[in-house]
Amino acid sequence: MSSRRAPRVHGLMTRGYADDLRLFGSGKAKLGLLALVLAYLMLPFFLTSDFWLSVLDYAGIAAIGALGLNLLTGYTGQVSLGHAFFIGLGAYAAAQLGGPDALNLPLPLWLLGAAVFGALVGALIGPFALRLRGNYLAIVTLGLIFLGEHLFRNLKDVTGGNSGTNVDTTATLGGLDFKDLALLGENFSFNQGYFWLIWGLVGLVALLVKNLVRTRPGRALQAVRDRDVAAEVVGVQLGRYKVGAFAVSSGLAALAGALLGSYQQFVSPDEFSLFLSIQYIAIIIVGGVGTVFGSIVGALVLGGLPGLIDKYSASIPGVSTGSGDSGFISVFSLNQAIFGLLIVLFLVFEPRGLAAVWLRVKAYFKAWPFSY
Amino acid sequence: MSEFLQLCFNGTALGARYALVALGFVIIYRATGVINFAQGGLLALGAYLAYALNDTAALPFALAVIGAVIASGLIGAATERVVLRRMVGQPVFAVVMVTIGMLFILEQTITSIWGFEALNLGDPWGVQIVRAGDVVLAQRDLWTVGIAGAVLAAFFAFFRFSKLGVAMRATAFDQEAALAQGISARRVFAVSWGISGALACLAGVTLAAGPAALSPGIGAVALIAFPAMIVGGLDSPVGAVLGGLIIGITQALTTGYQEDLFGWAGANFAAVMPYVVMVLILLVRPYGLFGTREVRRI
Repeated sequence: MSSRRAPRVHGLMTRGYADDLRLFGSGKAKLGLLALVLAYLMLPFFLTSDFWLSVLDYAGIAAIGALGLNLLTGYTGQVSLGHAFFIGLGAYAAAQLGGPDALNLPLPLWLLGAAVFGALVGALIGPFALRLRGNYLAIVTLGLIFLGEHLFRNLKDVTGGNSGTNVDTTATLGGLDFKDLALLGENFSFNQGYFWLIWGLVGLVALLVKNLVRTRPGRALQAVRDRDVAAEVVGVQLGRYKVGAFAVSSGLAALAGALLGSYQQFVSPDEFSLFLSIQYIAIIIVGGVGTVFGSIVGALVLGGLPGLIDKYSASIPGVSTGSGDSGFISVFSLNQAIFGLLIVLFLVFEPRGLAAVWLRVKAYFKAWPFSY
Repeated sequence: MSEFLQLCFNGTALGARYALVALGFVIIYRATGVINFAQGGLLALGAYLAYALNDTAALPFALAVIGAVIASGLIGAATERVVLRRMVGQPVFAVVMVTIGMLFILEQTITSIWGFEALNLGDPWGVQIVRAGDVVLAQRDLWTVGIAGAVLAAFFAFFRFSKLGVAMRATAFDQEAALAQGISARRVFAVSWGISGALACLAGVTLAAGPAALSPGIGAVALIAFPAMIVGGLDSPVGAVLGGLIIGITQALTTGYQEDLFGWAGANFAAVMPYVVMVLILLVRPYGLFGTREVRRI
């Protein structure tokens, strides 16, 4: 008796919940993913411009932080304005763990150490989220920004106070030094090496978050978001999941902060103000609240925006680049105004962000030429 | 002792400004269930409008302030009409973020029109002082306390006795029941935002008067009025006023005594003291001192 082959099915067909939850979609989605991986591996060979690489590097760092924020805000529904505080924690932790004057740990250890430190502090803050909801939580996390900035400015032994601190970490992994990469007989610049490091981590974190949200804990988080009392009634342990979401989200923020510090090689308390939190919130709103894909798209669109505006400010009409220049708005102001405007416009006109736009475009082509 | 009294007076004057801002928050929250993070932007805008009317349009100070208060009220109502009304029924997160977005837009609009330099508001009080024993009372602080007291009394009378005020309270209590009684919820929303804008403008003017001078940074005060509102309870006007005073006086006392008592907490600790007070009070009373407990249903 010949073995019967399973009948071939169309990629769109789903035959159970497992199909809906699978990590990699149909054949086309797999191809797309493969293309992305190839692009990731090949890009530094072709792109040598330090400016564009730095835009991509900052976008990658933002993507990691945004994935963390999306897990907390998008999937669990806990409003947090305190993300910048955890990013700062990660940066300072990296300086302490990876610096030559400090512990001088290797790359995997200081990255992991910073993330764990962030997660622990997040778990300490988490219990507040149990007592407070919605608006109250937003304001308490706002307080976290101010208290954090105060700490960063005053714990001078650790953070260097107002003048900031150098983050001189090693970046070597299995014989590869990402700061000065020599591979296949070619030498790569700092920015090229960090592109591989940062976006490799983006891939890992995205996989982690995706797996988290498509399994049991992820469903619990989404139940908490949709109606926490109802979730509790059907057996979700609120305390465990709210604190857990805070811890994982803060851990990812600290990971992004550690990368940020290591990439910039310097951090100062001015960076971790309310505006940084707002940038991350803008990223997940523009990208798509409650989607992994959206966090990364949003980071690609907005993560490099400050750098782009800075570079091209001379050719944007009405922007003053120096103190003597006439123009009605400064680069700094323009940045803030654009982020504010993007948040308002997206929430009013496209609350589900670019991810929803992408889904619509995809659906249109899937059904083409029939519009329904 | 006189130092203590002095600090208490300074704190009361500061607290009166927080109370004005916090009352604005509470009025909007009660009517629409929204926390308006853009209040700081409205506050700064109000103060700059007063400056523009006084300095550029050469109106007398009192007239300029009245004009600015009316204009800010209209801007507040317009914001509600154009942006916030579209957000009805959206989750808390989205609404909070919209007002934060507006805060950033407003702040940057102000700096691009008036620049970053400190401006002189042209108020009649300047740096004049009155002495009462050993305590030095700045005239602008006395006026601030007086104006704030009068305005707060007027608003409480408005809520208690006027038809619109009662309509606003009814809407806050139960929106659907109020609608059934023929109260226009839209009008209540618009008026709430208008009142809130006007209060923000008054707070802005009293903040920028005298030696403090007018700079774009004054909007940040609204961020300190948040703890005032939270301490009092999100939906309690009385709580907002008391919370404002508590936060103001605590802050002034911290400025005065921190060096001797807990210098280890770092320079400029007074700036973050309101948040510490807020967190401590929330740990004990999650809905503030006078806030209503939320009833949670499935």
